[in-house]
Amino acid sequence: MQSLLSIILLFPALGGLVLLCVPNSQTRLIRILGLTISFITFVLSLLLWVFFDHSTAKFQFVNAVDWLPFLNMHFYIGIDGISLFFILLTTFLVPFCLLVGWDSVQKNVKEYFIAFLFLESFMLAVFCMLDLLLFYVFFESVLLPMFLIIGVWGSRERKIRAAYQFFLYTLIGSLFMLLAILLIYFQTGTTDLQVLFVSEFSLQRQLLLWFAFFASFAVKVPMIPVHIWLPEAHVEAPTSGSVILAGVLLKLGTYGFVRYSIPLFPEASVYFTPLIYTLSIIGVIYASLTTLRQIDLKKIIAYSSVAHMGFVTLGLFSLNIQGIEGALFLMLSHGFVASALFLCIGVLYDRTHTRLVKYYGGLVHVMPLFSVFFLIFTMGNLSLPGTSSFVGEFLILVGVFQTNPFVATFAATGMILGGAYSIWLYNRVVFGNLKPFFIDTFMDVNRREFFIFLPFVFCVLWMGFYPEVFLEPMHTSVANLVQHGQWRG
Amino acid sequence: MYLTILFLPLLGFLLAASGGRFFGWRGTPLITTFCVFLSSLFSFIAFYEVGIAGSPCYIQLAPWFTSEFFDATWGFMFDSLTVVMLVVVTFVSTLVHIYSISYMSEDPHLPRFMSYLSIFTFFMLMLVTADNFIQLFFGWEGVGLASYLLINFWYTRLQANKSAIKAMLVNRVGDFGLALGIIATFSLFKSVDFATVFACSAHFAENSFIFFHLEWHALSLICALLFVGAVGKSAQLGLHTWLPDAMEGPTPVSALIHAATMVTAGVFMIARCSPLFEQAPQTLILVTVTGALTAFFAATTGVVQNDLKRVIAYSTCSQLGYMVFACGISQYAVGVFHLMNHAFFKALLFLSAGAVIHALADEQDMRKMGGTIKVLPFTYSMMFIGSLALIGFPFLTGFYSKDVILEVAYAKYTVAGTFTYWLGAVSALFTSYYSFRLLFLTFIGPVNSLKDSLKHVHDAPFLMGFPLFLLAFGSIFVGYLAKDMMIGMGTQFWGNALFMGPDHGLLVESEYIPQAIKYIPILFSFLGFLFALNLNLLGASFSYSLKTSTFGRTLYIFLNKRWLFDKMYTDFVALPALFFGYNVSFKTLDKGLLEIVGPAGVIQTVSQGGRQLRKMQSGLIYHYAFIMLCSLTFLIAFVGLWDFFSFFVETHLYFIAATTLVFSADS
Repeated sequence: MQSLLSIILLFPALGGLVLLCVPNSQTRLIRILGLTISFITFVLSLLLWVFFDHSTAKFQFVNAVDWLPFLNMHFYIGIDGISLFFILLTTFLVPFCLLVGWDSVQKNVKEYFIAFLFLESFMLAVFCMLDLLLFYVFFESVLLPMFLIIGVWGSRERKIRAAYQFFLYTLIGSLFMLLAILLIYFQTGTTDLQVLFVSEFSLQRQLLLWFAFFASFAVKVPMIPVHIWLPEAHVEAPTSGSVILAGVLLKLGTYGFVRYSIPLFPEASVYFTPLIYTLSIIGVIYASLTTLRQIDLKKIIAYSSVAHMGFVTLGLFSLNIQGIEGALFLMLSHGFVASALFLCIGVLYDRTHTRLVKYYGGLVHVMPLFSVFFLIFTMGNLSLPGTSSFVGEFLILVGVFQTNPFVATFAATGMILGGAYSIWLYNRVVFGNLKPFFIDTFMDVNRREFFIFLPFVFCVLWMGFYPEVFLEPMHTSVANLVQHGQWRG
Repeated sequence: MYLTILFLPLLGFLLAASGGRFFGWRGTPLITTFCVFLSSLFSFIAFYEVGIAGSPCYIQLAPWFTSEFFDATWGFMFDSLTVVMLVVVTFVSTLVHIYSISYMSEDPHLPRFMSYLSIFTFFMLMLVTADNFIQLFFGWEGVGLASYLLINFWYTRLQANKSAIKAMLVNRVGDFGLALGIIATFSLFKSVDFATVFACSAHFAENSFIFFHLEWHALSLICALLFVGAVGKSAQLGLHTWLPDAMEGPTPVSALIHAATMVTAGVFMIARCSPLFEQAPQTLILVTVTGALTAFFAATTGVVQNDLKRVIAYSTCSQLGYMVFACGISQYAVGVFHLMNHAFFKALLFLSAGAVIHALADEQDMRKMGGTIKVLPFTYSMMFIGSLALIGFPFLTGFYSKDVILEVAYAKYTVAGTFTYWLGAVSALFTSYYSFRLLFLTFIGPVNSLKDSLKHVHDAPFLMGFPLFLLAFGSIFVGYLAKDMMIGMGTQFWGNALFMGPDHGLLVESEYIPQAIKYIPILFSFLGFLFALNLNLLGASFSYSLKTSTFGRTLYIFLNKRWLFDKMYTDFVALPALFFGYNVSFKTLDKGLLEIVGPAGVIQTVSQGGRQLRKMQSGLIYHYAFIMLCSLTFLIAFVGLWDFFSFFVETHLYFIAATTLVFSADS
């Protein structure tokens, strides 16, 4: 059982290598093989959930391999209640990304599948790495396949610019983190996370290090002044790219906060809480209002992601159990809801090759099933009770309200604004009279798309009606995180 | 059995939604109606067991989500308040289901309609049976969604789309308040469970709470926030604008959702939270005044509406105001009693209006009706009964609750009480005016409708008539039958469901107010009838001169434009928000400032810098010689004066200096 995590980690990458040996012309074989590999990974990761021990905050499935012994750096992996579900989310989403590109990706099929499988391995590595330097390495390496996915399989000429922008923004932020990691290494002589958890930094140094980490994570989240790469990248990326971007990549930043910033620098986290609160509230309100006026379907979801991630950072830095659990839950939920919304848009784009809202209207006439799916995900987006987002958002508000009611009130306006843009979008696209522009290209979801949507619907509702299953494994780890901060601080 | 009440409508929804195309336009209505009918039957049994036999029932189903102290469960509580609501909801819902079969029979989307009705019923039942705030919120938002879908049922109509969005959004503002109220409750009580919170309310009566950097009386703040939710859902003044617009939905929807059940959720919530509100005297005044103002505002606006359904909608709004201010003066039982009575006669009015509209080929404008009493005698008599019950005609249902509300308001002997009494009494005048105006214009006045539509006029068929008949029966007798049980002196009916502070009982007091005060509402109602008769039927010249005078016109426009609330919201809320969302946040910041200091700026700087550097590569030997000379001089000077420069080159010092600069101020 100990090596299960390593197997999951390596499986997609090895599968990618296997695919490399299949000749280019065998597209069908490549597709089926790629899908099988990612699906097996998912099934294996379910085993993680089954064998996960809820009662401890220890890292589980730990595995260590010597990497640079003379520098005291090791390839050291393990998961706890915080990272467990991100592993599951990643392995869950990748098969669907591959399925989405089943028909629409016609050129460079092999490369597409290989890129996604490697991306999956990298993302999984980020979530289970317990070594600071290697975390950084994988955190950055995620950029490479993503850069290719946007740059090669994107839809327009502007994609090159978007890919560069995406790359540079995230890279510039991370450079500070690298410096900070070096500083930590030179102070403590190790990059082993578990050792670092019990080492102490002076307040001055904490502030410096925290800010360096923040520079990197804030770009990934993205928080407000550095968010403009996100709409651009989403718009240019192919559907599957958007799904992974919204579903997993955005979570890397917030995961970084909760895994590194908060436990390593607890005093600095308290010190900088007002900064995070301010940026998050601005994020929620500013992004929501901007969303209202967007005309590109993908930009609408992209900006609404910024708003939701604002909620997440708010919850994380409430530094109490409800806030952090809510934030983790909202991250998961957003991974399902936003991904599903991008899938919906992908369905529309495959038919009409436009993403402008004004060309759509009255889709319920021609695509009733699609309308139902879209409705469920839209309700998820505006966090209607009974969908997954509600649980997360409500817990976050509960958490934040106890530390700062003022902030919670402002954040709660996001409920109104979120309702505004979600329902307006839905209404414009689905209801009203059928617009005649693409009247002969519309058809309802086909079987492949139907079965892509079904698991998402299931997850969104399941997490909405009975989220205990997901919250239960988090409790101990989150309580440990909060206690840890209090003990150190 | 108790859970079956809830889940039968859900079952009906699931069957209709997933299998509607297989069951068809005959099967689906049959299935859904049967489910709701059974549910209604069980509700009556539950009413007997819980309400009359006095054995409340509590079912804990499953945990929902927990986090530290926060514990939300799927739990159901059936006490007297719940079963009253159960009976009202399922009974009206069943009748509306039956009515819709006939009313919507020509609509190809009938199965979809029935499934929406059922899911609405389910959410509403979840709302009234909740045993904690979170589940209440679940039902609360759920009915909002169902309302959105139902208003938008004819989704190709632009007006329906707009109204549906408006209903959802305005309600969302209320939900914002409710959510904050719930969260505040949790942070004070560390529980969201009704039983726990209400039991502890007295212990926290003196607590204060820091909110927006001000110190508030904790329970007043919580109740005020909860009340914002009620304002949204029950269409009280300020957030009422969605209710009249919601009339774009099919008429059965208006009867079920926007008259009898959903809009009363706010009143229900206040009554449910009565132990909290009783400890918050300031908020009670707020509730009272808001309710009274709503009653008055809506009644005046209803006077000049020309759309048949809108008149009734404003009437609903006004009656909700009565209920809310009854709660505000601590008479929750009276408020809930009026809620129940109102459900009967308002559903009757709406369904009769639907019958008229149906008969006149979907004509809703009262100015294009008239004289239909001859062709629609049954509908007219139903409407007449409903109207009489509404205006509080003695010994009809409305009389027993509406009059009591006004009397207890007066018996309060406070500024707020007297204020609400007079506003309520004047509203009674307007209520009677617009009710009779509606009757005169629609049924009695000169015929103004098209010949084509009159040719096909037919009175309500059995499936539509039968619900009307039952509701009319209720409108006449329910008040009389239930009065002693629900608001009688010393009744045991409510048990622990409603709580009233020991010094807030006014029912005895209200028996001792001056006799004249008791007659005033009835007198005013009669006056309203006289005005209506005079203005709309008999006194044509007086009516004409009033309508053409400047004062009359100004007043008319002001009232007809609904006191310009919508205009205000558009100009001061919606448009600035939309302006900000594009011109400020998107154009100026995202695509302006952030782009200039971000990617666009970098691209510009790098490419320009590159051009500058390229120019230096001139290929002319004297350029290079000059640069070499300069560099050499600089280098020699640098090496020669190293002792001096080294101070600046020492990188550690830079680092230390920068760090100190940044953090010296803070530490």
